[in-house]
Amino acid sequence: MAIRRGRGVAAINYPTGMNLGGDPTQALVHSTPTGNFMVTLSSVDLGQGLKQIMAQICAETIGVPTDRVIIDTADTDTGPHCMGTFASRGTHRAGNAVIQAAKEARQVMLEVAAEELEVNASDLETDGEGNILVKGAPQKSISIFDVALSAHFKRGRSISGRGMFLIPRSYPEKETGAMKPSTCYAHACTVAEVEVDNETGEVTVLMVKNIFEIGRALNPKMVEQQLVGGSWMGISHALYETTEPYYPNRDHGGTDFNQYLMPGPGDLAQTEIIVLERPSADGPYGAKGPGEMCANPQIPAVANAVFDAIGVRIDTLPITPERILRALKAQAAN
Amino acid sequence: MELRKNYFADQRKDGLHEIGQPRPRLDSPGHVTGKTAYFADRNFPGMLHLKMVRSPHHHARIRSIDTSEAEKHPGVVKILTAKDVPHNVYTILILIQIGPEDETVLADGKVRWKGEAVVAVLAETERAAQEAAAKVKVDYEVLPAVFDMEEALKPGAPLVNEYHGQNYYLYDSGECRKVRFGDVEAGFAEADHILEQSYQSSPIEHAPTETTGCVVMPEGNDRFTCYTNTQAMFFTLDNASIILQMPGSKLHFVGGTVGGGFGGKVDVIVEPIAILGAKLTGRPVSFIYSREEEMQISSPRAAEKVVIKDGVMKDGRIVARKVTGYTDAGAYSRHSPYGAQKGAAHYPGPYTIPNVWIDTYCVYTNRTPSSAMRGFGVTIGDFALEVQMDKLARLIGMDPLEFRFINAYRDGDMKAHRQPTEGAALIECMQEASRAANWPVAEKYMAMSSYKKGA
Repeated sequence: MAIRRGRGVAAINYPTGMNLGGDPTQALVHSTPTGNFMVTLSSVDLGQGLKQIMAQICAETIGVPTDRVIIDTADTDTGPHCMGTFASRGTHRAGNAVIQAAKEARQVMLEVAAEELEVNASDLETDGEGNILVKGAPQKSISIFDVALSAHFKRGRSISGRGMFLIPRSYPEKETGAMKPSTCYAHACTVAEVEVDNETGEVTVLMVKNIFEIGRALNPKMVEQQLVGGSWMGISHALYETTEPYYPNRDHGGTDFNQYLMPGPGDLAQTEIIVLERPSADGPYGAKGPGEMCANPQIPAVANAVFDAIGVRIDTLPITPERILRALKAQAAN
Repeated sequence: MELRKNYFADQRKDGLHEIGQPRPRLDSPGHVTGKTAYFADRNFPGMLHLKMVRSPHHHARIRSIDTSEAEKHPGVVKILTAKDVPHNVYTILILIQIGPEDETVLADGKVRWKGEAVVAVLAETERAAQEAAAKVKVDYEVLPAVFDMEEALKPGAPLVNEYHGQNYYLYDSGECRKVRFGDVEAGFAEADHILEQSYQSSPIEHAPTETTGCVVMPEGNDRFTCYTNTQAMFFTLDNASIILQMPGSKLHFVGGTVGGGFGGKVDVIVEPIAILGAKLTGRPVSFIYSREEEMQISSPRAAEKVVIKDGVMKDGRIVARKVTGYTDAGAYSRHSPYGAQKGAAHYPGPYTIPNVWIDTYCVYTNRTPSSAMRGFGVTIGDFALEVQMDKLARLIGMDPLEFRFINAYRDGDMKAHRQPTEGAALIECMQEASRAANWPVAEKYMAMSSYKKGA
């Protein structure tokens, strides 16, 4: 009996947004009298940080710091329609809607600033720190605070914008399956290293190296939290989790975290994340949706590493010690 | 985490003010100090608690329901059965024209899975609701059940769901969603090797920190405010409007701050019955899943079976791939017909294969309905595809990573569903994996690019 070590690889892609499209999201943006910006949505933040990302997208587009943007989301009396947060769509769909709304608001803001500075709006630019400057003559400038005051109290303008994003729905052709399931795809390649105890059947994932291509890391720290969490979830899916341990037998389903197995902190592998960015043509600042994709490649990478370690295939998930020992026993019998 | 900016630098504009900046999350302090408000932090005077009486059987006819003892239980305010639900038979994807309506809010005459909701009890406390639920007497005639997808598809199998009439979802393309590209039989005939393998997964749970639930307040203006942790506000509101036969203008949903979803909160389960309870009692209602309900009652990821048959050449080219996928929907559709269809669009994976045949089935069995979960329609397919890729490489004596380079899709390549590949980056991910994991591949693979040749 021995500890066997193995290594496995998997490479995948993943579509962004609802399969076959048809999933709209809308956004409204307006300024307060002192030049803060409200983004109104009905999109849901599941904990992944949608509010933060929408604030950064709006801030970049209007040309203000992120802390000048406030996200008001998920009240159906005030927020415009969003299909929902699923299908790796939140950042991509809502982000595009926010950009469109923010562009419209920015245009009004520049028009008001142009009147105040007595120049053409097309000659103005933002410095990203809350000021509007004349291109090539930055000493001639006005703060966004003053522009908002002017719009509200002097010029009678609403610095606001409407945004919407919709991928038209595609219907699969019945006989050939010709269809347009998605517009952009994220990618990943994972290498996993495992140790398998061929006496107990226990698998220890020593290390996973995940390469993710996600279009654009809009906030790298938040990308990291999502990708690391996804990688852990993938390992958990590969080795531990099921509500029906003897599927299709319906018995022995876990009802709490004592019975439903998941890895604890001590069971998690050394996790390395490397991010590549190939901007998508239709994503907000090139972003794709990595939310679901990041939990997928670890599963086959671990399965392949287990085979590399012990020379038997477990083609049924999860790869439990019981399945490993039964497979080793069957192999020995042959 | 490392960002490798050397890849695709020609396609990217760096140096933006806010985008690409690792700004601290504005909501983090609230999350880590317990100040963030979630739906369950709403606590209204006079609030009732809803508990379900659930089926102990996988498949049974309901002969009768007797709620008389439960009604007398101290603290019980209202008991609801199927007849109280205005539009009791529904399906959530009807909003995007994917029918038929096939599920009951409260069981009517029959239960089709163990745990199905039969009677809703509303009481002053959770405990009173739970105790009263135990006093509801339901007389069942147990029926034969089917749990195995292959058994369910055989002639003469117990019929799981009469609204479908057979144990699979009927697409406009027939008993499965199909993709046909090239001539798969000609590809197999030409192949040096053929490998057919079968892969299986089990249902898994989303395991969110915060279980599914909502709190409903009947307002003075004849409207209902529903504080919810749904992942989809209007999707839930619109379905509730159908089920309750109540104009959408009467409904006000508030949410957006959720303790984990993973796809587990896009079924519309708790909100309609809680709103109905609030309407019929005139009091606020709380309906929150226990951890046990979250694990065994709320939809899991579907179990899937995936059969892959590949034809491969000695030089590493895959010349034909046939995939048959089965998604175990459990007793009702929910999002599973969509998931099975998403699988058809995903196969044969990120590889360019000239001859492809895909069939994906959505199968009904007498188990907890499965539904959306992070990556559904793709995750299990990727497990099957990528283990199959490993087996194929070993079959022809090739390095598994190099084998993937040979077949990787690139810009302009036609996919099986007849869309040209755009924005591919699989090759670059594998090149970086080769470097990062010290898994050397031949120099010609490190020189490859996803860009269209000549572009």
